[in-house]
Amino acid sequence: MPVDAAIVGPGNIGTDLMYKILDRSDSINLQRMIGIFPVEESEGLQAAVDEGIDVGTDGIDSVREYADEFDVVFEATSAKVHEQQAPVYQELGLFAIDLTPAAVGPYTVPAVNLDDVIDTEDNINMVTCGGQATIPLVHAVDRVADVEYAEMISTIASKSAGPGTRKNIDEFTQTTAAGLEDVGGADEGKAIIVLNPAEPPIMMRNTVYTKVPDTTDIEDVRDSVDDMEAEIQSYVPGYEVTLDPVVKDQDDVGFDLGDSIVVTTMLEVEGEGQYLPSYAGNLDIMTSAALGAAERIATQPAEANPIGGGIDD
Amino acid sequence: MTDADVRLVDMTLRDGMHAVDHQFTPEEMAEIASALDDAEMDVVEMSHGDGMGGSSINYGFAAADTGEYLDAVVPELTNTKLSVLLLPGIGTVEELDLAVDRGADMCRIATHVTEADVSAEHFEFVTDRGLEANGLLMLSHMASPETVLEQAQLMEEYGADAVYVMDSAGAMLPDDVRERVGLLADELSIEVGFHAHNNLGLGIGNTLAGIEAGATTVDGCLRGLGAGSGNAQMEVLVGVLKKAGYDVNPDFFGVMDAAEDVLVPMLTEDTMPELDNDSLVLGYAGVYSSFLRHTRRVGERFDLDPREILVELGDIGVVGGQEDMITDVAARMADDDEPTAAESESDD
Repeated sequence: MPVDAAIVGPGNIGTDLMYKILDRSDSINLQRMIGIFPVEESEGLQAAVDEGIDVGTDGIDSVREYADEFDVVFEATSAKVHEQQAPVYQELGLFAIDLTPAAVGPYTVPAVNLDDVIDTEDNINMVTCGGQATIPLVHAVDRVADVEYAEMISTIASKSAGPGTRKNIDEFTQTTAAGLEDVGGADEGKAIIVLNPAEPPIMMRNTVYTKVPDTTDIEDVRDSVDDMEAEIQSYVPGYEVTLDPVVKDQDDVGFDLGDSIVVTTMLEVEGEGQYLPSYAGNLDIMTSAALGAAERIATQPAEANPIGGGIDD
Repeated sequence: MTDADVRLVDMTLRDGMHAVDHQFTPEEMAEIASALDDAEMDVVEMSHGDGMGGSSINYGFAAADTGEYLDAVVPELTNTKLSVLLLPGIGTVEELDLAVDRGADMCRIATHVTEADVSAEHFEFVTDRGLEANGLLMLSHMASPETVLEQAQLMEEYGADAVYVMDSAGAMLPDDVRERVGLLADELSIEVGFHAHNNLGLGIGNTLAGIEAGATTVDGCLRGLGAGSGNAQMEVLVGVLKKAGYDVNPDFFGVMDAAEDVLVPMLTEDTMPELDNDSLVLGYAGVYSSFLRHTRRVGERFDLDPREILVELGDIGVVGGQEDMITDVAARMADDDEPTAAESESDD
């Protein structure tokens, strides 16, 4: 059953998401793009108009005005704005997919826990770009071995790190680390982000380290990671594992590993380049994950569909 | 900052941690801190080599956590100030908060030379708590003097009391130091610092060049401990500066004793840095000095010459914090070395 949706926040993320929906989604009907500035002052709203999408220019008031047109709202504003608007979405019976770091709803990674949250929640949070890229691989290891500790290093091109990320870089590491634990299944998580200014800009790349018992069968881990890669590629086409899991043992590190080994896996995310440049895989994976979540909602059987409370369509 | 001409910051317990794979114990740190305090060192810096929060698989887990180290070192310092390091993206304000609570006197906030704008929230936190805040622009050799200035001005705006030109790769020649430090000293209204690595054998020479160009706060380590081939050797620096006529606070013999009687017995042939072939290549290729020991381990694992890996890392422009790239690059180089099926067959 196709789902009617609106995007709130016509910035880089919102605009990229719009193009993704229009390009490759049969199950999402994008009804409206909503911002807070007049169309002539908003590149994103202008792009929506050019694509024949209706717009709203009064923020949350526009959401209220047109709420009967859609059941799902993609929040692509900021954490602060989402915190204010989330209760309104709930009141209007809208399902919110939150692409900001607000985390009003549970952390959600489509390849891992979407099915767990979709029936019980009406607001889901997309963690961070690095979280979307790495949490599934931690989960892939954790389902065949016990992950005592997971660590991710996300390196992104300086040009793809916007002012929001830069002003509050701690939010990225803290939120991602929490996601490695809550969704990835690690007993303890650590996240690191590095900005690299090289020209031409580098692709978003990530390293995932997991500390597991030395009895772990690495072939099981490799198979599990392979399966997960395919699953993620179903909604993030540019996702690629570039280093299959390799084991580091005591001889390979300068600290005491006890009875554990370290499994290292690396991946890159190439953006689809609809609106943002292809090196900005960090932004692309957020919009792809949000779209993936919405498409899953669209495949829910109608009677179990949680959307909209008293929907009458 | 001090009444001397130049303030000396001893980082044996911070940059020096790289040389020992971050394995100093709190007791060892306390002993070294006590010797430096006796020698009237201006500032002692203490943390994981990659700053607080750096304890990780990527950079190496430290032997103890930040709180344990702080609790060991703080009581040993009477007149010597205690500094801690933080790299935004690796550590967070939570670590700064801990350090301030446990008795740090100043915090140094380090970013890559072009990315100063990730540090605004951290400067705000430190200055709000009333502590001295210094900004460190890492791998300054990778940017033009004008870019270094622009980034230093951002840190000044955020509240930095001093900004450092960091030669993190030990890749600068004396003129590179003079151009960058000189421009900052002319244009900033705050103090300017310089941090050397000895990978091209210029640790002391570059520090002297930096001071002549206007640096008033400079870094070093006892016995030249530190990442790569080490930093400016502190006891040598004290002697050189005295001989050059600068007024400095630390006691020359006291610093020498701290190096020889306290630090050296804690080191081994493996952990005592020297200007060997691998560390020379760091400076030549412009690679972050702490990559050295990780690259050696990875080289052994993949049966590759560490110098080849370092040159490749330099070519692709890796920055501080990208230690994971060592394995990435080495795995690809090792793959390229594998004879392909076609080649194997042609041998038959």
